[in-house]
Amino acid sequence: MPRRERRSVAGMEPVGPYTLLRLDRGGLDPGVPGQFFMLEAPGRLLPRALSLCLAPPGELAFLVDPVGPGTEVLCRLAPGEAIHVFGPLGNGYRLDVARPLLVGGGIGIAPLPYLAASLPGAPAVLGFRTERHAEAAALLPHAEVVVDPTLVTELVDPSSDVLACGPEPMLRAVAALCPSAQLAWEAPMACGYGACYGCAVEIDGELKRLCVEGPVLGAAA
Amino acid sequence: MRLLNASGCLDALVAPDVARQLDAFVTKTITPLPREGNAPPRIAETAHGMLNAIGLANPGRERFLDDHLPRLRELGLPLWVSVGGFCAADYADTCAALEGIAAIELNLSCPNVDEAADGAAEIVAACREATAVPLYAKLSAAHPDVAAVARAVADAGADGISLINTLRGAALDPRTLKPVLARTTGGLSGPSLKPVALAAVHACYAATGLPIVGMGGVTTGQDALELIACGARDVALGTVLFSDPDAPARVRAELAEAAERVGVASPDDVFARAHDAEKLPHTRRKVTA
Repeated sequence: MPRRERRSVAGMEPVGPYTLLRLDRGGLDPGVPGQFFMLEAPGRLLPRALSLCLAPPGELAFLVDPVGPGTEVLCRLAPGEAIHVFGPLGNGYRLDVARPLLVGGGIGIAPLPYLAASLPGAPAVLGFRTERHAEAAALLPHAEVVVDPTLVTELVDPSSDVLACGPEPMLRAVAALCPSAQLAWEAPMACGYGACYGCAVEIDGELKRLCVEGPVLGAAA
Repeated sequence: MRLLNASGCLDALVAPDVARQLDAFVTKTITPLPREGNAPPRIAETAHGMLNAIGLANPGRERFLDDHLPRLRELGLPLWVSVGGFCAADYADTCAALEGIAAIELNLSCPNVDEAADGAAEIVAACREATAVPLYAKLSAAHPDVAAVARAVADAGADGISLINTLRGAALDPRTLKPVLARTTGGLSGPSLKPVALAAVHACYAATGLPIVGMGGVTTGQDALELIACGARDVALGTVLFSDPDAPARVRAELAEAAERVGVASPDDVFARAHDAEKLPHTRRKVTA
């Protein structure tokens, strides 16, 4: 069940150009891999939607890419500071798959370490823009890694049960290769719980709320 | 004082626990036909506010009446249905089909649709003929004389007024200098709106004396108390619900504290305090009647 609690920063760790934001877990449920949380970005009006990256004992950890004022504030938090956290929200990955393959691109690798912990031994393939971004592959020690101009889809075996997260062109390419893939999408969200209708995406030819119907959707949708 | 949500800022079917913190639930605006709404991106954060260009996404009147309304009734909350349309008959037809609800809010002020509606008073008059359910006219503070519109809808038979809707604005991507929203413009909401809301509620209460649901940037109990002092009988929460689903309970608790700070037992005790009673024409009328 989603809850909203004020939680303290347990640690901040640079991971390549990203930051791993570790929060004290409190009474929050880590949820299913692929689900997300709304994190208060101090000084900003709206919280930011981030999928859970890792669930170490007593903690929840999020991989943050400082791409705008909200994520920049989150990357500058100091241990001991407290923020409101609301979640877990949305629908995560189905884990009942026979031949899982984790596919991630850029900051889209965020939900995969927690997913990998639920699917022990599952192979993973990751693609990044630069060698510096690829340092984040340390979060998935056994993954195969490619850097631009090589595309991660070149490593995808279409007969596997793909669980993917990454930029939209990557997800579309994965969907074309693997119609049964599970894809975690991204959209700007104000609320994360179906109230604002801001995160509409086209699903089955209709605009639907990604926070309610997703963020993980079947590739055929 | 009742605490409501602003239309379009909460889905009670998805978040019933949030809705149950309110005294009444206001639906998203219902139009005669289903609407998908505008293309994404539909939201953008701004300094002290946000823009939305949802575009009245809704299931349409028929599916609302057959599917959504029965499920909303199961919540056991008084329901306000927000009604929209593109001519007076659209509004009146929907009003005629609505029964067993606490009130109808006529959305006369959405900044995110192109189609021009008939005049506010004409729409209210058509709806008045179609229903006996209490009618609240939701007006825009973008009108140069919102008090005149308030008087017109009061004369046309409105039982109350909802103030304010969002105000049209735009935001640019700082790198590309292109609009963030696919539709270029959207409705500005959030704390930026509060002074505009206070002014509009103050002016419309002075002009009509009608019951007003005040909204626009309410984030704290103090904000709600100030709207009441301007002449709002009830207060609605909008954008704050996005960042804080516990806002209704919190604002209610803060409102009691804010009332205590100004030395009154109940928030209702500050009603219209921001007015000079001698200058209120409707009050004077009552006194001399």
